Amino acid sequence: MNRARLLSLQVLVAVLGLAVWHVLTTTPLLGDPRKMQFFFSTPFDVLARCARDLEGSEIWRHLAITLTETGLAFVIGAGGGILIGFWFARQELLAAVFAPYVKAINALPRVVLAPIFALWFGLGIWSKVALGVTLVFFIVFFNVYQGVKEVSPVILSNARMLGMNERQLMRHVYWPSALSWMFSSLHTSVGFALVGAVVGEYLGASAGLGYTIQQAEGVFDVTGVFSGMLILAVVVVLVDNLVTLLERRLLVWRPGQATETARR
Amino acid sequence: MQETVIRSADADAASRVVVHLNNVAIAYRLKDGGSYEAVAPATLSISEGEFVSIVGPTGCGKSTLLNAAAGLTTPSSGRVEIFGRRLDGLNGAAGYLFQEDALMPWKTAIDNVAIGLEVAGAPRRQALSTARALLDRVGLRGFADRYPHQLSGGQRKRVGLAQVLARQPKILLMDEPFGPLDAQTRILMGDLLLNLWQQDRKALLFVTHDLEEAIALSDRVVVMSSGPSSRLIGDFRIDLPRPRHIADIRVEPSFHALHREIWNTLKTEVQKAYELGEGKDL
Repeated sequence: MNRARLLSLQVLVAVLGLAVWHVLTTTPLLGDPRKMQFFFSTPFDVLARCARDLEGSEIWRHLAITLTETGLAFVIGAGGGILIGFWFARQELLAAVFAPYVKAINALPRVVLAPIFALWFGLGIWSKVALGVTLVFFIVFFNVYQGVKEVSPVILSNARMLGMNERQLMRHVYWPSALSWMFSSLHTSVGFALVGAVVGEYLGASAGLGYTIQQAEGVFDVTGVFSGMLILAVVVVLVDNLVTLLERRLLVWRPGQATETARR
Repeated sequence: MQETVIRSADADAASRVVVHLNNVAIAYRLKDGGSYEAVAPATLSISEGEFVSIVGPTGCGKSTLLNAAAGLTTPSSGRVEIFGRRLDGLNGAAGYLFQEDALMPWKTAIDNVAIGLEVAGAPRRQALSTARALLDRVGLRGFADRYPHQLSGGQRKRVGLAQVLARQPKILLMDEPFGPLDAQTRILMGDLLLNLWQQDRKALLFVTHDLEEAIALSDRVVVMSSGPSSRLIGDFRIDLPRPRHIADIRVEPSFHALHREIWNTLKTEVQKAYELGEGKDL
């Protein structure tokens, strides 16, 4: 299928969705339009609100805060995950001892940690960063751990026969392998960093996109909720595309990489 | 290492033997506490400039014996001597060409070849120029910046060969290197290998299950019995003239005589291995 056709079909889905939404909320098909609009707003109202918000400076401040939290959560979580993942993969005893605890903490739904983090780190950005870190850390940790463990034994033997010592094996074999696993989970981990930030803001904050959505919800402003969600969705898609670009640059050596990214 | 050997008393004999497997046996410990003897005590010497092949039925432990010479496997008894010295740990004097793809997929062809020199302390510039020259020699001019997955199986083998040769090892060990390739490519690769080897004639131990390949390439063909407890059961000198071309040499009458002679020894072992395999699978 060619690109133009795919794109036009994708646009068609959006137009159809909006049309159905518009018809159901402005005609008495499913009930009183005013009641419907209270619960579901209308596409034009939402778009108008979006446009108005984006003209002002307030939404940009919230967006900047959310993105700052996301960035910090990703950098700290990924850094920790790489370090600990590497360390555990090279120290079998350590990994074995901590395995049940790692699993237990990872199994915990992170939402329950949000109030605790708010208590510890306050209502500013750091409690949101902490929430994001707990999400990102484990994804990166498991991938790096796996990446180090799954290095092909033949490649390893070959590298040894080529005269590499432990330090050189780290640099030329373990590290690239671990990085490739980490990058393959980049979409997930960046997404989770954003989720951590927004959920954290939603549960208690004074700024950020999650906060604006929560505020709108508090006054039954459905249009405000939807416009907040729309802005969030657009940001997520943009960030995801950025990650794809980065991935394409960094993983040129991986077989099938070109075709895979082309499909995205 | 070599020099100390040459200066020793029995200089004449010792200087010629590069790899000496002295009653080397390899056994694995099983989970139930018993042990499985893959290779029964085997003695084999490879002299300087000699191309020796080990042939045997699949699963006979030829690769295991090769790994012992490389230091990748530790013998359960006996000793491996390299230039008269007992091998402890990896064999630093040897280059090893693996059967499977062993290139680092995250490095380009040229970086894969240069890495052996770089880790040995060569400046990157110099390593790259040596690597480029080697890629030319294995017929990969213009493929230096390709990643392994962008190369064909035969091209990857060529890079592997260049990678091994880059460090100028005194001993070459090859474990069915052309096994995964198609028949035509194998002939081309065999000729390339002979061509490169001819230039500086290093001691080369080559493992294969393909008797024709072994005869066409080698000075000596050693036959191994089927496992477990495989033994060396034949040692044949191949006195075909060099330089050889694999496609041509295979139609020579003397080639056929040698083939018949060695095959008589190998045949029963192949049958044994086959029957054993049939029994095991069921």
